[in-house]
Amino acid sequence: MTRISVKIDGVAYSDEVENRTLLVQYLREQVGKTGTVIGCDTTNCGACTVHLDGRSVKSCTMLAVQADGHEVTTIEGLAHDGVLHPMQAAFHESHALQCGFCTPGMIMSSIDLLNDNANPSETEIREGLEGNLCRCTGYQNIVRAVQLVAGASASTGASS
Amino acid sequence: MTAVDERTAEAAGPEVGKARRRKEDQRLITGRTRFTDNLSVSGMLHLGMVRSPVAHARITAVDTGAAKASPGVVAVLTGADLADKQGSLPCAWPITDDQKAPNHPAVAVDHVAFAGEVVAVVVARSAREARDAMELVDVDYEGLPVVLDLETAAAGAPYAHPELGTNVSATWVYDSAQAGTGTDVDEEIAKAREDGVVIERTFRQQRLIPAFMEPRSILVDPTGEQLTVWTSTQVPHFVRIFLALVLGIPESKIRVIAPDVGGGFGGKLQFTPEEVLTVLAARHTGKPCKYTETRSESLVSGHHGRDQLQRLTLAATKDGTVTGLKVDLLANMGAYLGLVTSGIPVLGAFMYNSIYKLAGYRFTDTNVFTNTTWTDAYRGAGRPEATFAIERLMDELAAELGRDPIELREQNWIKHEEFPFSTVAGLTYDSGNYEAATARAKELFGYDELRAEQKRRRDSGDPVQLGIGVSTFTEMCGLAPSRVLGALKYVGGGWEHASVRVLPTGKVEVVTGSSAHGQGHETAWSQIVADRLGVAFEDVEVLHGDTAISARGLDTYGSRSLTVGAMAVVKAADKVIEKARTIAAHLLEASADDLEFAGGRFTVKGTDKGMALGETAFAAFQGHNLPDGFEPSIDADATYDPVNFSFPHGTHLAAMEVDTETGAATLRKYVCVDDVGNVVNPLIVEGQVHGGLAQGIAQALFEEAVYDENGTLVSGSFVDYLVPSAADLPSFITDRTVSVSTTNDLGVKGVGEAGTIASTPAIVNGVLDAIRHLGVEDVVMPCAPQTVWRAIQAAFTKGGAA
Repeated sequence: MTRISVKIDGVAYSDEVENRTLLVQYLREQVGKTGTVIGCDTTNCGACTVHLDGRSVKSCTMLAVQADGHEVTTIEGLAHDGVLHPMQAAFHESHALQCGFCTPGMIMSSIDLLNDNANPSETEIREGLEGNLCRCTGYQNIVRAVQLVAGASASTGASS
Repeated sequence: MTAVDERTAEAAGPEVGKARRRKEDQRLITGRTRFTDNLSVSGMLHLGMVRSPVAHARITAVDTGAAKASPGVVAVLTGADLADKQGSLPCAWPITDDQKAPNHPAVAVDHVAFAGEVVAVVVARSAREARDAMELVDVDYEGLPVVLDLETAAAGAPYAHPELGTNVSATWVYDSAQAGTGTDVDEEIAKAREDGVVIERTFRQQRLIPAFMEPRSILVDPTGEQLTVWTSTQVPHFVRIFLALVLGIPESKIRVIAPDVGGGFGGKLQFTPEEVLTVLAARHTGKPCKYTETRSESLVSGHHGRDQLQRLTLAATKDGTVTGLKVDLLANMGAYLGLVTSGIPVLGAFMYNSIYKLAGYRFTDTNVFTNTTWTDAYRGAGRPEATFAIERLMDELAAELGRDPIELREQNWIKHEEFPFSTVAGLTYDSGNYEAATARAKELFGYDELRAEQKRRRDSGDPVQLGIGVSTFTEMCGLAPSRVLGALKYVGGGWEHASVRVLPTGKVEVVTGSSAHGQGHETAWSQIVADRLGVAFEDVEVLHGDTAISARGLDTYGSRSLTVGAMAVVKAADKVIEKARTIAAHLLEASADDLEFAGGRFTVKGTDKGMALGETAFAAFQGHNLPDGFEPSIDADATYDPVNFSFPHGTHLAAMEVDTETGAATLRKYVCVDDVGNVVNPLIVEGQVHGGLAQGIAQALFEEAVYDENGTLVSGSFVDYLVPSAADLPSFITDRTVSVSTTNDLGVKGVGEAGTIASTPAIVNGVLDAIRHLGVEDVVMPCAPQTVWRAIQAAFTKGGAA
C-alpha cells in the first residue's frame, strides 16, 4: 500500500492505495467518483477519460500512485454552482449523447481537443476524438457539439 | 443553451414535432449516473466468473481448494454445487414443435460447448480478490472435436452437443404457394430459366458483436423481504419472469431494476447466465453480490449477432420484372439457444421480399449449432440480413440487365397508390411512398452528377474508382401483435402497458413498461402526454425500468417503444381525460356531453364555465364531492396490443471511393431519406438514424467476430474488434418523408433499426459498383482493404486467364 495525495475536482484527498490500483479504480471505488466509467480493458474506448493537470488521460491507463501530487478533474468537477461547462451544455444542445455511457470521457476529451486546437476542422475533430468510442450517436452530433463550442469561442474571441 | 432559452425558443405550438432537448441529459453530462456498476450496497460481495478457455470439452475435475484459501474469498461455486439449483436458461421462441436444444446451464456442470462459458464462480470481498482467486481455480478439460463452420455443422458430425446426435436445431419454412399468398417459386424459377433471368448468389452475413458501451453488470440484494436485482438489461420484466420460472422463486418476491443502462442494441435483450449466478451467489451467501464483466468477457460471452449463410435464387423476366425469390438460409445459433436465438432468422422471413411485388417466394431456414458463443438479437435482428440479400440481388439483376439500379427497383416496387398492400410473405403494409423518398434522396445525393463523375473516372482509368450504392428498404417494426407472435410459437405477447397519474398538485406521472436505455423515452413520452393532457412538458415525469414501479411491461427492442409503448401511454391518458370529465361535469353541474376538453381544461360549451384537469385531480384527491359511486381517482392504466406491425421505409445512397491499388474503400458521401411516419422529436429521430447508420456501415466495412480453428475468439477485445471511431465515419445527410401509419393513433412507425437495416447493402453495393467493371462479382463483408484488394486481384487473374 502507498499513501497518495491527489486533488480531485477541487478537493484534496489523501489515501492508502494498493500499488496496482488503476486511477479509475481509485476514483470510482475509493473516492466515489462513479461519474467516470469503465468501458473496456484495453485502453480503446476512452470512457474513463479525465484530466490530469488539465490534460486528458485515460484513467484506466495509469496507476493511482502516478497521480500522487497531481490534480485530477472528472466529469463531476466541470460544472460550477449549477452552471454547466460550455462543452456539457453543447452536448445537451446538440443531442450528442443517447445512452450517455461514453459521454463523460467524450466530454473530457473534447475539452482537451479544443485546448490544443481552438478552431479545428471537422476532420481534426474526428481524428482528435479517435480514442473515444461511442456506439449510439454515429458521432455526428458529438462533432457538432465540439463545433458549437469552438464556434462560440471564436465568435466571442475568448480563448478556451 | 440553458433550459430557459429552450423554453423561449419552443414555447408555442404542440409539443409533438418539436426538437426538444432531452430531459435525460442533465444527469448523464454531469456524471450523476446510476449505471449498475456505480451502485453499492453495504456488505456487498464481488463475483468473478471463471470461464472455459476451450471451445468444446468434458470437465473431468474442478479443484477449488487453492481459490477458497485465497485472501478475501467467501465462496467458490462450481457446476457441481449449483447443478440442482440453476435450472436451464430459457429459449422463449421454439420455432418448431420438434426444435432440438441442449440443456443450457448458467455454470457448466460436466461439458463446455464454447470458449467463454462459465465453469466456476468466485465470491470475494473485493473484485480484485475475486480476480486473484479466479487464477487459482483448476479445471481439467478433456477435449472434444470442435465444430465451427456452418456448412460442416449442418452436414453432420462432429456435434456441438454430442448428446443431440445432430447440429440441426430446427428447420422452418415459409412457402407462398402453401400459405396462399403467392405462386410456387420453383415454377417461377423454371419459367425464368426458360425465358428470363435467374440470379443465384450466396452471401455471408458475418458474425457481429453488439458492443454496447456499458459492460453488463448485476447487483443482487437478498436482504429484506424481496430479492432486489439491479441489472444492465433492456428487459427487466423478462428478467423478473424468468428468474421466477427458472429458479422457482415466487415472482412476487423479485424486484428487478434496470437503472441507467448504457446501450443495448439487442445485446441486452437476454436473460443471462451471469444474472442467474449472481442471484444464486447472493442467496448462497445471504449477502448482496455484484458482478461486472470486463470488456473482454463481454465480447466473448455476451451474445453475438448475424452469422448466417444465405443461398439465394432470384427469378425475373427479361424486362426486369422480378417474379420469384427462393431463400435457403443456414443460421448459426452458436452453442446454445438464448432468449430468442432461434427466432432471429424467422424475423427476416417476412422481409426478403422487401418493397417489391414478387409472385412466388419460399424461405427455408435451418438453424445450426456450433461451438461458438450463442447468437441472438442484434440491431435489426433478421431484417438487416433479409434486406442485404434482396438489395444485393437487385443490384446484381440491374448489372446483369445493364439497367440503372434505381430505375429497376422502381419497376418492381409497390407504388404509393397501391397501399395498403398484401405481400407475398403474408404481411399487409399500411402506407408508404417509395417514389417520394427516392426522389428526395437522389436530389440530396446529386445522383446524376455522381454518375457522370463515375463515368469520367472510369474512362480515365483513375486508380481511385467511384461507386454508387443504392439501398431501398422497409422493415416490420412495432413488435408485435400478440396473436401473430402466438402463431409463430413465441411464448410471450407483444403488448405494452402504461399508467398515467395526475398528482394532487397537477404534476403528471407517466409509468411506461417500455424500458429505455438511451432512446429518450422520458423526453418523447413527456411531449406526447403534454399535448394529450394539455399540461406543461416540464410537468410530466416519466418512470420506467423498475418492476416495483412499472409492474407490467414488455420492454424495449424491435423498434416497438413508440408504436406500442407510447400508444399505451396515449390510451391511458385518454382514460384519464374521461374519468376527469365525469368529475368536471359533476362539479360544473353540466352534462359530460356538453364538456369540451382542450389545453388541459374542461369548458362547458357556449359558456365561460370551466375547470382545469389538475382541479379535477385535486377534487378526486379530496374525495369530498364526487358523483355517487365514483372512485376517488382519475388515474388510469392501459395495455395496448398493436393490430399490425408498422412499416417504415427509406432510400439510402452511398458514394464509395475504392482505391484499386490498395483496396481501401472509403465512404465519401451518404444520403438517406427515411419515412418513419409522424415524428415526435426530430432531434431524437435523427440521432437514432445516425447511430443506426454507423452500425450498419460498420458491418459492411469494419466489424467481424473471428474464431480460430480451435474455437477461440481472436477478435476478443476492442483492440481486435473494430468498432468504428469518429475518424472512420463521415457526416451523414439525412432527411425524411412522411407517410402516416394508418394502424396506430399517433401515425408513427419506429426508427430504432432503420439506419442499420438499410446501410449495409448500400455500402457493399457501392463498393461493387466501383469495381464491377474490373470483373469483380462479389466482396465478402467486412469490405476491408485486404478483402477488396484480393477480390480485385482475383478478377484480374480470372480475366487474364479467360
